[in-house]
Amino acid sequence: MDWKRFGFIALIIAVLFTIVVLIGGKSQPAILIISSMLGTTIAVATPLTLGALSGIYCERSGVVNIGIEGMMLAAAFFGWLGAIYMSSIFGFQALPSLLVGLLIAMLTGGLFAALHALLSVTFKVDQIIGGTVINILAVGVTGFLNRQLFFEKGSIFGGQVPHGPGTFTTIYIPIDKAVNGLCGLLGSDCSVAAKAASDVLSQKPIAMAAVLLVVVSHYILFNTRWGLRTRAVGEHPKAADTVGINVTFMRYANVIIGGALAGLGGAYMTLESIASFEPLMTNGRGFIALAAMIFGNWTPFGAWSAALVFGASQAFQIKLQLFRELIPAQWSFLQNAYVVGMVPYLLTMLILTGIIGKNIPPAADGVAYEK
Amino acid sequence: MTENNLVLQAKGITKKFPGVLANDHVDFDLRAGEIHALLGENGAGKSTLMNILYGLYNQDEGEIFINGKPINISTPNDAIGHGIGMVHQHFMLIPVFTVAENIMLGAETLHREKEAKSPLVKLDRREVAQRIKELSQQYGLDINPNAIVGELPVGIQQRVEIIKALYRNANILILDEPSAVLTPQEVEDLFRIMRELTRRGVSIIFITHKLKEVLAVTDRITVMRSGRVVGSADPKQTNQQELASMMVGREVLLRVKKEASNPGEDVLQVDNLHVRDLRNLDVVSGVSFDVRKGEVLGIAGVQGNGQTELVEALTGLRPTKEGRVTLAGKDVTGKPPRTITEAGLAHIPEDRQRHGLVLSYPVADNMILNTYYLSPFAKGITIQQKAVDDQAQRLIKNFDVRTPSAYVTASKLSGGNQQKVIVARELSRKINLLIANQPTRGLDVGSIEYIHKEIISLRDQGVGVLLVSAELDEIMALSDRIAVMYRGKVVAIVAADKVSRDQLGLWMAGSNPD
Ligand SMILES: Nc1ncnc2c1ncn2[C@@H]1O[C@H](COP(=O)(O)OP(=O)(O)OP(=O)(O)O)[C@@H](O)[C@H]1O
Ligand SMILES: [Mg+2]
Repeated sequence: MDWKRFGFIALIIAVLFTIVVLIGGKSQPAILIISSMLGTTIAVATPLTLGALSGIYCERSGVVNIGIEGMMLAAAFFGWLGAIYMSSIFGFQALPSLLVGLLIAMLTGGLFAALHALLSVTFKVDQIIGGTVINILAVGVTGFLNRQLFFEKGSIFGGQVPHGPGTFTTIYIPIDKAVNGLCGLLGSDCSVAAKAASDVLSQKPIAMAAVLLVVVSHYILFNTRWGLRTRAVGEHPKAADTVGINVTFMRYANVIIGGALAGLGGAYMTLESIASFEPLMTNGRGFIALAAMIFGNWTPFGAWSAALVFGASQAFQIKLQLFRELIPAQWSFLQNAYVVGMVPYLLTMLILTGIIGKNIPPAADGVAYEK
Repeated sequence: MTENNLVLQAKGITKKFPGVLANDHVDFDLRAGEIHALLGENGAGKSTLMNILYGLYNQDEGEIFINGKPINISTPNDAIGHGIGMVHQHFMLIPVFTVAENIMLGAETLHREKEAKSPLVKLDRREVAQRIKELSQQYGLDINPNAIVGELPVGIQQRVEIIKALYRNANILILDEPSAVLTPQEVEDLFRIMRELTRRGVSIIFITHKLKEVLAVTDRITVMRSGRVVGSADPKQTNQQELASMMVGREVLLRVKKEASNPGEDVLQVDNLHVRDLRNLDVVSGVSFDVRKGEVLGIAGVQGNGQTELVEALTGLRPTKEGRVTLAGKDVTGKPPRTITEAGLAHIPEDRQRHGLVLSYPVADNMILNTYYLSPFAKGITIQQKAVDDQAQRLIKNFDVRTPSAYVTASKLSGGNQQKVIVARELSRKINLLIANQPTRGLDVGSIEYIHKEIISLRDQGVGVLLVSAELDEIMALSDRIAVMYRGKVVAIVAADKVSRDQLGLWMAGSNPD
């Protein structure tokens, strides 16, 4: 990941933020607009970040995974189902229910990924087809079960959606106290800055985990034995084989790890972002995550920064909605939700044209290994 | 022969592939501290035998002994554990990794047994670099552990392969055609290293097609043909001619016979050609020459002096920056490869696996890659399978391609036979100019004889030939005129019978011709 790309990303994010500040600046201090937008950006980038990490583990080991979308969708559904089961059938508290849901979501992702590995590593099915199978399977299974469980009379939930355990709550980080305290010692008032810092840092658990996983994944990929071997089987599996590395095992393991991460991304949607499931709710995020992975040149930090661009464009949309009334007449097109809603997808296309530089995938990406 | 100084023995090794008996009850052994040459035609089964010793293939029959004890080798890990290291015919290096990463891969925790279990153990790059330094000093293998392998010349990449084996404490080293892609200077280096290794107790199996090398550096010679051991020889009591006959099973002409050439008008004119590489530097800077009908123009030069880029530009595979290329009277500068091909160009590329073949296609399809859209192979938009099959059968027979059938993928053929598929395809239609880049790299003496004869007979039919080769012997044997390339320029063009080998060597090394 080169500085040009990070620069490009910083530029886009800055443009989006500036527009919002220009519009909303009259009603709020600019710093608070920026901080709350930044907080939202990080939060809504979560499924993209996790999806992109999922793709990185798979593709670095040589398996193309376009089934991330499906893995997320299935995980979102089963994780949510698990949480509801725990709370409304077994009567658990919210937090344990959510944690069980989280676990089930990751298992679901891992299981779908194991299927993908079976198809593409063992049976050497074209990996695009394998991924498509996953996507179709996920749409079918979740749609069907959703209808059967919640909208059919006589189902376990009595034909209606029960009250779930809600969502994970924000983990409060007392950074504002720290800032205020520090300022107090210096004898100045910085309650605005304190609030701003808290807006950015206080996040829900999956969002925090995602950021942590970016750092951890970078470390694993580039500084550990596991990472070296993973990259080796993705670049030149035969060379890895000749030094005694088990190519099949490495590919299975990484695809399944990737699946679990996609599952975590799915859990974000039904256990952290909103407390309900809707058919097709992933809405292409799995694919945008792949775009982020590509733009980030298959590196965790690169992919994360690209995910943040998409996050920022979603935050942009949310903020404009909020400041709808303040949008000046000559910019009225920004009031149109469709126009603003296109931004992430336009960015995806822009990024994939490769104008920012060439994206170089692992050499054996998508190629089944034959001895 | 005393049995007890045999470090390695293979007895009755048999290996079948679909349609081929690649090894047929092969016996082979290696004494401590010797260099044992394994010779044989392309497809004789040399690499197969070595891959079995290294655990990449498992034998159908036969036993392997190390220091007299029977052992079981079913994976490369087993082989490595028994001190066997192998440098493969096609390098097993990861181009985007550093030297150190390539070397430590699979043996990351060699020096820290107690942490070896955890997959998340941190890579200790410094420790590895230190050990690489020690090894390189010990054996005189100069190397920078932090260099990216893909950016290194092949000779250095090979060193990486050798260190990779030594790093794993190999005391039996298999070198599968290590010299095929090296420059003469690099070959000298390799021999020095090999002698140094044996002095320190490493035993070496050395596979090559270059008989001169065999006589120069080995202690013992074993010859294989069609999967069987057909004989052995003592390098002190044999000669190239005898070895060649033993390999091929008939008399072989080591130097092609040819009459004086009878050149006609120019078929290729290259005028002030400039070509740039990926970093936008001139790699061919202002090259001008011409090739006449009925002559062979040889381009001599140490690899990496712009020959590759020159050929790519002439064949339309790389854009030209400046200059003009005329083929058979047509301006083909910057034209797409098909246009140039249709103007009568045949091209034998340098890298047969990357530019010569579609490895995952059957041999038959590879044989019509340049003409598949023409009659009789195509009618409208459909391929005429019958015509393709007939053509494949004809070419396999005429060019003596050793393959179980025309329908196995090209990847299954031995290196030499892959090359024959390309030669067969390129020479199978009417042409004005042949550009042959390293046409006999990795080929056995019989096939070299054959290809050399083909080139001369094309010449005699009035085809112009541009021959690029790193083998000075090949250039001298075939060319009517010789051009020497150095740092992207043609520094001399001379008549082949008016120049000595030494003189060419000097020019290749950059000394000025006047
Ligand atoms: N993986 C494989 N599948 C099927 N056939 C194979 C395979 N590998 C080798 N063969 C066949 O086995 C025979 C021996 O091949 P091998 O590569 O051992 O020859 P070689 O002596 O090393 O030749 P060269 O000098 O050209 O490298 C050839 O006929 C080849 O086509
Ligand atoms: Mg071979």
